[in-house]
Amino acid sequence: MIRRLASVLHARNLEFLRDRGTLAFTVLLPVMLVIGMGLVFGGPERPLFKVGVLATHIDYGSHPFLHERYVEFIALPHEAEAVHKLTHQQIDLLVDLSGVPRYWVNTDSPKGYIAEKLLLAAVPAARRQSVSGAALRYIDWLFPGILGMNMMFSCLFGVGYVVLRYRKSGFLKRLHATPLTAFEFLSAQVLSRLGLILIVTALLYAGIGAIIGFHNSGNLLLLVLLAVLGALSMIALGLTVAARFSSEELVGGLLNMLTWPMMLLSGIWFSLEGSPRWVQWVAHAFPLTHVLDAARAVMLDGAGLAQIAPNLLFLAATALAFLAFGAWSFRWRID
Amino acid sequence: MTAPLIEVRDLVKEYPATTAVAGVSFRVPEGVCFGLLGPNGAGKTTTVEIMEGILPPTAGEVRYRGEPLGPRFREEAGILFQKTALQDFLTVRQSIALFRGLYHQGLDVDAVIRLCALEKLAGRDRRKLSGGQEQRLLLAIALVNDPAVLFLDEPTTGLDPQARRNFWELVQSIKAQRKTILLTTHYMEEAELLCDEIVIMDRGRIVAQGPPRQLLHEHFAEVLLELPRQEFPETARALPLKILDASDRVEITTDDIESTLRTLLAARVPLGRLRIRPANLEDLFLELTGRELRP
Repeated sequence: MIRRLASVLHARNLEFLRDRGTLAFTVLLPVMLVIGMGLVFGGPERPLFKVGVLATHIDYGSHPFLHERYVEFIALPHEAEAVHKLTHQQIDLLVDLSGVPRYWVNTDSPKGYIAEKLLLAAVPAARRQSVSGAALRYIDWLFPGILGMNMMFSCLFGVGYVVLRYRKSGFLKRLHATPLTAFEFLSAQVLSRLGLILIVTALLYAGIGAIIGFHNSGNLLLLVLLAVLGALSMIALGLTVAARFSSEELVGGLLNMLTWPMMLLSGIWFSLEGSPRWVQWVAHAFPLTHVLDAARAVMLDGAGLAQIAPNLLFLAATALAFLAFGAWSFRWRID
Repeated sequence: MTAPLIEVRDLVKEYPATTAVAGVSFRVPEGVCFGLLGPNGAGKTTTVEIMEGILPPTAGEVRYRGEPLGPRFREEAGILFQKTALQDFLTVRQSIALFRGLYHQGLDVDAVIRLCALEKLAGRDRRKLSGGQEQRLLLAIALVNDPAVLFLDEPTTGLDPQARRNFWELVQSIKAQRKTILLTTHYMEEAELLCDEIVIMDRGRIVAQGPPRQLLHEHFAEVLLELPRQEFPETARALPLKILDASDRVEITTDDIESTLRTLLAARVPLGRLRIRPANLEDLFLELTGRELRP
């Protein structure tokens, strides 16, 4: 038995070691994950309070309050946007130290109450303005992320592995002998998966809404449009990965390489507010980030078409670009 | 001379470690069953896949109705690959309908089902078909666009004798419609039965080309005498005869049967189990491609 086991083990190891693409991803992916997690979540401990500062950047030497420990200061250049964040308790206090010191506090926020005490100890003459507004329930904030995550996995893995299976089985080779073009084949896959995802997402939306209830201030049709463009972009991304490879392990590695950063950086579980600027810049290269930003803007803030138009345009453009690249690089058969 | 339906010109296919096709040229006239024969590794599947337009050649070209392969060829060609997988979870009818939807013109799905005797299987999950039934389904898919040229790449490999003969009858009925068929096969009986013209390939090159009868006549003016090998004395191998070993028997080719028989009797070779027969395609194939096992 040991001999048979050893024979199979040896053969499998040889197969694995000779599949260089898979080997590279198997080794590189965990290394990249460790480095990525370290960059995003490393550094000093998280502060107790988040205080918005009306400024394009924080000049810590400009005021003694900015030296307070356990407070994270976040530069917010636009007053309206900053007040909006305070209203939703995404920050605990908002200060303007550029002229006569003034500040805004959310009277419904317990952390705002403490942060105000800290500010007044350092700047007793600061002029007070108050806003009110309940903190968003985490479920209201999380809900679009859950829908988006489900969409992402279905788009990337569902389509990617199906195309790979078709290629390995020789079904694609048979289709290649017909007038069918790569673009037609890929478009059919995209549309098939799109229909499935829209149905599943609608069921989740209705089901979770019925069970736990959630906040939606926006237009439902706008959310449908967003779901369509978001799903198209991510399905097309999955197709570009599966367009030419024949190894399940390699394609699995590539898909993991896409899904893990999106899971961590697209804001499914937590806001990237306060994370390094480059992290936010990278996050905005992912379709899922645009889906979630726009979905939260619509559902939580009642944003309209004009406000989320940049997200929609990004998703439409990436869907076309990924589909075109997928069709261009598509392989019908195993080389 | 009428223009060929397909013309293969100086076809070469090279891979990093080997040359699969080394300069092959031939013409396939319209309305014939054209056989491409050869041992394993001869380059016939590579040649056919280049002809089908799914594999690019390293050099040379294939022309269909005088034009390079293009959209018209894809519309008018029906293909049955040596190995083909279909989509899972579809019935026989759905599998045929899927492919019918890929062509502008073609036969009605029910007509194809009837043509390939699949009526009783039309609603069955295609994964539950036997080998012979699946080949009939694949043939139905190859016929769904009512093709002008039908490629059959080793279509009966792995089938039992009954299913094979059943498949041959189907091909003969298609052939009767004057469709052009390009058949690759290992089975000489199949080629002899179905093909009007053949090309025999070996090591990427054509070693013989023409109608089977003509080729046999060119290579075998003689008849074959077969004797069991174990009854053939070693001393008789020194006789002035053309003697060939063929697995369990010894073959002697001759154009003078009486003289050969006298020689064998004089050498006391037992003739109790002697068989005399004309040469067939298998003899031609072995004559041209050799009998030794290839590495």
